[in-house]
Amino acid sequence: MNAFIALLLRDMRLATRAGGSAMLAVVFFAAVAALVPLGVGADLKLLGRIAGGVLWIAAVLAALLSLDRIFQSDFEDGSLDLIVLGPLPLEAVAFAKMCAHWLTTGLPLTILSPVLALLFNLPASGYDALIGSLALGTPAISAIGTIGAGLTLTVRRGGLILPLLILPLISPAVIFGAGAILASLDGLSNGAFPLLGAFSFVSVLLSPFAAAAAVRLNLQG
Amino acid sequence: MSERGLSWANIFEFANPKRFMDVSGRIIPWLAALTVFLIGAGLFLGFRAPPDYQQGDTVKIMFIHVPAALTAMFAYGAIAFASLLGLVNRHPLADVAAKTAAPLGATFTALALVTGSLWGRPMWGTYWVWDARLTSFLILFFLYLGYIALWNAIEDEVRAAKAAAILALVGVVDVVIVKYSVEWWSTLHQGESIFRAGAIAPVFEAPLFLMMGGYTALFLLLWLIRIRTEILARRARALLRHEG
Repeated sequence: MNAFIALLLRDMRLATRAGGSAMLAVVFFAAVAALVPLGVGADLKLLGRIAGGVLWIAAVLAALLSLDRIFQSDFEDGSLDLIVLGPLPLEAVAFAKMCAHWLTTGLPLTILSPVLALLFNLPASGYDALIGSLALGTPAISAIGTIGAGLTLTVRRGGLILPLLILPLISPAVIFGAGAILASLDGLSNGAFPLLGAFSFVSVLLSPFAAAAAVRLNLQG
Repeated sequence: MSERGLSWANIFEFANPKRFMDVSGRIIPWLAALTVFLIGAGLFLGFRAPPDYQQGDTVKIMFIHVPAALTAMFAYGAIAFASLLGLVNRHPLADVAAKTAAPLGATFTALALVTGSLWGRPMWGTYWVWDARLTSFLILFFLYLGYIALWNAIEDEVRAAKAAAILALVGVVDVVIVKYSVEWWSTLHQGESIFRAGAIAPVFEAPLFLMMGGYTALFLLLWLIRIRTEILARRARALLRHEG
């Protein structure tokens, strides 16, 4: 347990300090969101309607940005080999790194999202669903992203192929997440949250095993 | 060994590359003949089928569209099954089978998407609607592309096979969720599905089933040829390495 917390804290420190990716993800999130009104026009009614979807897509893109850091930088400087030799099973390593990724991307994005939603004129009835769906759904992005990061570990410039692997797999999170926001805008009964929660839960549960298997095969030979 | 053990033993007997080459070489001409017959008969009956009372002649697009969609899904199942065998039993032939099925599956998916949108133009007045089926097939297409890209990105064949197998198995779980989620999403946005409920008339049934059989046979035929080609290519590479 100590090793787990140590690894988690180490990864979070690396992400938040100079040259880390956490700040980058947050700024990228805001920048993508800011581009949308420039693209679709400044009609506040339209923007309020699409705010949930836009913020969800921006969150996915921002989370993708730092995925190849999960294992790649440790692999390049050799520390991944040491971590693998250490007391922690590789599955727990993958889980710690996944948690660190979420705490430094998914969580700050969720916290920032209401501010951006203000700029998008999201109706008041949508805020709970926006924050709730991002908090519930972004762990799935980190989880599936960790699998992708493991699979592309030894691929040169793996960051290029990673989004192609990940994006189709996380489409259910976007569907349920953005759907939950739309449904609450329309005052419909909201069946999306249990589904989003289930998808997130299953992803988080299975991801450490798949990611560990992926890292293992890349470190062999 | 029980009966079950016996049948597994048989599978692995065919999984021996040399034995596979012998058997598949004998099967291919028959499979090719079957493919030509089924698709030929299906097309013939398809063209002779009367126009539908609502859809007119465009209903005949169904004969090339629905089988493509079925084959695309069948191919993904085949990849997942081969990946499982490859991971658990570490058999190189299973890896080759998974690798070679992917471009075929992607092609059938693309075919289903294109014919679907061509069918959509007269039916819905537009080439593309974000219908549940079209959307989930688009996502399936991207899954195929990602799978193929991963195979190509990793140079070491054994490593690429394992990584691709993990992706395929994660994908097969996900593809079910994607299908379900897209259906949920589409009912949220568009109300009921556009497809008419109800049985298909027998005049349409015969060519449809023939075409389904024909597409499946075509897939199996091309798959066998691709596996053989890949085995021969690997053999050639191994020989070159020995000589060099």
